[in-house]
Amino acid sequence: MDKKIRMKAKDVDFYYGPVQVLKRIDLDIFENNVTAIIGPSGCGKSTFIRLLNRMHELVSNARLEGSITLDGKDIMAPEVDPVEIRRKVGMVFQKPNPFPKSIYENIAYGLEVNGVRDRDFIEQKVVESLKKSALWEEVKTRLHESALRLSGGQQQRLCIARCLAIEPEVVLFDEPCASLDPISTHKVEALILELKKDYTIVIVTHNMQQAARVSDHTGFFYMGELVEFDKTEVIFTRPRDKRTEDYITGRFG
Amino acid sequence: MNRKNKEKLIEMFFLFNGILVILILVGIFLLLLKNALPAFKEVSLQHFLTKPIWNPDAYEQPTYGLLPMLVSSLMVTVGSLVVAVPLGIGTAAYLSDVASPRVREIAKPLVEILAGIPSVVVGFLGIVLLGPVISRLTGTYNGLNALNGSILLAVMALPTIISLSEDALGSVPRAYEEASLALGANKWETVIKVKVPAAASGILAACMLGMGRAIGETMTVLMATGNAAEFPRSFLGPVKTMTSTIAIELGEVAYYTTHFHMLFAVGLILFLITFVVNLCADIIFHKHTRVQA
Repeated sequence: MDKKIRMKAKDVDFYYGPVQVLKRIDLDIFENNVTAIIGPSGCGKSTFIRLLNRMHELVSNARLEGSITLDGKDIMAPEVDPVEIRRKVGMVFQKPNPFPKSIYENIAYGLEVNGVRDRDFIEQKVVESLKKSALWEEVKTRLHESALRLSGGQQQRLCIARCLAIEPEVVLFDEPCASLDPISTHKVEALILELKKDYTIVIVTHNMQQAARVSDHTGFFYMGELVEFDKTEVIFTRPRDKRTEDYITGRFG
Repeated sequence: MNRKNKEKLIEMFFLFNGILVILILVGIFLLLLKNALPAFKEVSLQHFLTKPIWNPDAYEQPTYGLLPMLVSSLMVTVGSLVVAVPLGIGTAAYLSDVASPRVREIAKPLVEILAGIPSVVVGFLGIVLLGPVISRLTGTYNGLNALNGSILLAVMALPTIISLSEDALGSVPRAYEEASLALGANKWETVIKVKVPAAASGILAACMLGMGRAIGETMTVLMATGNAAEFPRSFLGPVKTMTSTIAIELGEVAYYTTHFHMLFAVGLILFLITFVVNLCADIIFHKHTRVQA
């Protein structure tokens, strides 16, 4: 593990009201790596990934202890603007959620709210991010049509393009293929492997094969705890914990 | 009675209710039409639609021009929307996205109670409260004018606009909001650039229903707008709307005269306007809910 650490969770306890959902999570996210988070439903993996760009703050009674850092700086510090964190740490959601606007506007939106006014620059960025997300060839003739007319897989790649357009450093994928068919899933996975050259990636997934295919490191969450975290090949071939072994061999979950 | 017949009976009951509502609507329309049509035996439709004066009591040549009261009605209605729409959408956005759940729980019923204030009370406030203020600020005689009526109607249209707009904003999928915030937009950008456009048809329908309410409102405008039978010149001048004209004159007109029938013709126009406005609102609203589903 000689790579540079981009994000680091240290002693993270997390509560919704009186209920503790995450217990003492310690996890490192390495630069230009894909870090997969696996675990059964309700284990806290989606909750964890939403901490990484402070999306948990949308829930009013959430409470966090411990620290999460990006390049050594605490992202939860009171003087840090969540908007700034979300610009650096982008997110792609479980269900494709393009805005009910045109394909072009979907991508331009993120740039506009981040203060970009230059039309030419926006146009160039739209094309560039659609190419990066491998959607350009399919949509180049209909950029001004509604994004809702795209297929589910295309919508998800549009959401990825939208996220890339604002040049994040870390990209979080929260079960990005949960609602996609196998072909679209394959495309998104190929894309993730391509993107890791330029970005640091964290992906939450239900699908262990997916974690094995795309990730460099894997963390196994179970009942709010990080049971095991290691290189993906280690987790899938020589897990240390009995629970990890049971889960990856399909004995529960 | 067996179960099948019982169900049939219940079905008939609901069918009857549905048909009854439609019958009442058609009945009102026909009644208006029946009482309005005789007016055009003596006065031409062109006279009615183009003459700029409404003066049924003229000794020599009574005139029945719709325009002054139509313009008056439109003035106070548009005026009220200018006030109520921005205020209503702003309040709805506040309630749905900024206010804490506790504030929302208290504020929303309060807004809806506002809709229950009798129009005569609103009109009274227009005379004793708003009138003097407008009079002092603008130097007009008593402050009973189109501006006064517009503001009062805005107050009356606000509950409809706020409540329905808030519902529309609340039904915007949370995923849009999350997507926007995750792209580094702040709360206000998210509300204005994502949620309001996504809820646009619901908000538009809310505004049209508010407008329907304003254009048909009678007592408030009757009390607060001065009711001068002249062509309206400005918001600071007195106006006499279609509704006030009918309310004032129908009580004292001799039955089955041209004047009497003319008032029904005015009522028919009013009916058609509110019908179209409400129909549009309904179509927009249903289109909106279909898209959401």
